[in-house]
Amino acid sequence: MKIAGNTFGSKYHVDEKGFYGRFGGAYIPEMLYPNVEELQRNYLAILREPGFQEEFDQLLRDYVGRPSPLYFAKRLSEKYKAKIYLKREDLNHTGAHKVNNTIGQILLAKRLGKTRIIAETGAGQHGVATATVCALMGLECVVYMGSIDIKRQAPNVARMKMLGATVVPATSGSQTLKDACNEAIRDWINNPVNTHYILGTAAGPHPYPDMVTRFQSVISEEIKKQLLEKTGRENPDYVMACIGGGSNAAGAYYHFLDEPGVKLIAIEAGGKGVHSGHSAATTQLGKLGIIHASKTLLMQTEDGQITEPYSISAGLDYPGIGPLHAHLYETGRATFLNATDDEALAAAYELTRLEGIIPALESSHALAKLGQVAFKPDDVVVVCLSGRGDKDMETYIRNLPGNTGDNV
Amino acid sequence: MSNRIDQLFAGKRKGVLNIYCTAGFPELNDTLPVMKALQQYGTDIIELGMPFSDPLADGPVIQDSSTRAISNGMSLRVLFEQLKNFREDIHVPVLLMGYLNPVLLYGIENFCKKCAEVGVDGVILPDLPMDEYESEYRPVFEKYGLHLVFLVTPETSEERIRKIDSVSKGFIYAVSSSSTTGTDKDMGHQQAYFERLEALQLKNPVLIGFGIKDKATFDAATVHSNGGVIGTAFIRALEKATNLDSAIQQFIAGVK
Ligand SMILES: Cc1ncc(COP(=O)(O)O)c(C=O)c1O
Repeated sequence: MKIAGNTFGSKYHVDEKGFYGRFGGAYIPEMLYPNVEELQRNYLAILREPGFQEEFDQLLRDYVGRPSPLYFAKRLSEKYKAKIYLKREDLNHTGAHKVNNTIGQILLAKRLGKTRIIAETGAGQHGVATATVCALMGLECVVYMGSIDIKRQAPNVARMKMLGATVVPATSGSQTLKDACNEAIRDWINNPVNTHYILGTAAGPHPYPDMVTRFQSVISEEIKKQLLEKTGRENPDYVMACIGGGSNAAGAYYHFLDEPGVKLIAIEAGGKGVHSGHSAATTQLGKLGIIHASKTLLMQTEDGQITEPYSISAGLDYPGIGPLHAHLYETGRATFLNATDDEALAAAYELTRLEGIIPALESSHALAKLGQVAFKPDDVVVVCLSGRGDKDMETYIRNLPGNTGDNV
Repeated sequence: MSNRIDQLFAGKRKGVLNIYCTAGFPELNDTLPVMKALQQYGTDIIELGMPFSDPLADGPVIQDSSTRAISNGMSLRVLFEQLKNFREDIHVPVLLMGYLNPVLLYGIENFCKKCAEVGVDGVILPDLPMDEYESEYRPVFEKYGLHLVFLVTPETSEERIRKIDSVSKGFIYAVSSSSTTGTDKDMGHQQAYFERLEALQLKNPVLIGFGIKDKATFDAATVHSNGGVIGTAFIRALEKATNLDSAIQQFIAGVK
């Protein structure tokens, strides 16, 4: 594995101060300083320990089921007139890419001597992935989740509880991912010694964006190998991924960041339309600001209050974006599109009927933009299918075209 | 020595009482009446909260007061408008306390200039990293004669406390326990930490905050320090008040 590679000097990797261009950093109150500084000081050294790499690799292989398949989607390819491959993170244990990161962070937490784990979750996938590794390692687990998300992702709440986690509702603000993250950070302030915070996306204070990206980089590492076997070349023409905080996208892009021939496409949640007042398309609506201790693009009012975002998908319902992605947006390295709720739903129904795969609502946002990129027939396109749709069945059934409601 | 914070500590070394209130709370135009009452009944320093939607270092009571102040219409622009002539009536040192995001958007230089214009003496921005303050903003704060007060906690190393002492101006805000505001961690266990701070003989005065709610906790916190900061308990008193002035009088009488 290459999770601990030296990236010094690359324009798209974090610098020594924790910044990507003008984005990133660690805007933390003093109460968090010892925790965050401990991580900053140790994360790369721990990732570089031979024992760490081995344990990480072995768990990803035998427990998560990696490598995840790279599936050539024939009927989807016919429809969109390109060679479309799906990176099947949905087939991972627990059903999404999130577990790559929680395995990495739980191993790190153990090496730091932590006995208690906290996490935030939106869609519940990161919460489930965290509760899972805590069960595996026998550590106490507390997951913060917005009250609204607790309702719309009920199956995942049940899974977390069965796994032994305590799920604490975040009742402040918009009662979604942002607020869950606030509560997790407050918990960490109140428990400065024994607790590790397993942040679930490529956001938050340095070193989280880089650390989470490194754990997720296994996605692009595998894509390279698998593409070489299947097509004779390592690099695709396009990599497409949805962006909440940006961890599945960061992992899918990582080993292509310095390959200018690979076009990176990021898809944000348009909600009911970017300018409807109900959206989470941060690059389109955001300005420079600070959220969860990171300087990045942020949806905010003209007085600097953080705006409540909206998306049908709990995992993308976030008013910020990881600092790496803000940098990719600003430098033009990645192209940012957005998909509305309706487009994402249509894409989910389409993938289900064409390929027999029910995707997570988050991943459906990436699929929804296949029709908006001008592919050439020989273009190789990899879409990161970040998760499976089990948690979203209620939403899918409720919105099924022609569903009148009586057959549910 | 023109800063009011320095003037205060030049004359008073013990039992300095700093009270926090959220601007625009309970009602939008209560900012000044609350400040006046605080001064009248014997507060030495007023720490005025600039409400933020996502106050990470605050517990539920101060969060709720911020949410309410924002929905009342409070913002930095409104606050500076309210503070325009406040120095006609209020002579005690005043600090603004808040989070970096609204200040960044307002513009650091603009913000400092406004503070100086209306007569604010200091600022507390818990999520402004000390390194960034030193490398980017310090000259601006100093140009406008504004003191930036940094925090220390029981987990802060001596080396870092000394660094913070060298950068901080006005006083040092010593958080009594590693917690968000308003958590009831027992002050009794913190005496060793307060003593350790005292023994460091820092150049700045030290005020202790978080967990002070009455005379007993104020006295406990100030044996080994120059004074204390009360926030959550005061906001609670305002929440319950039917008459602000008498509630504030009563509250301060219960502390001093
Ligand atoms: C399946 C799935 N995809 C994507 C996301 C969005 O997160 P990120 O942008 O960090 O990949 C989530 C978050 O909950 C998710 O569950």
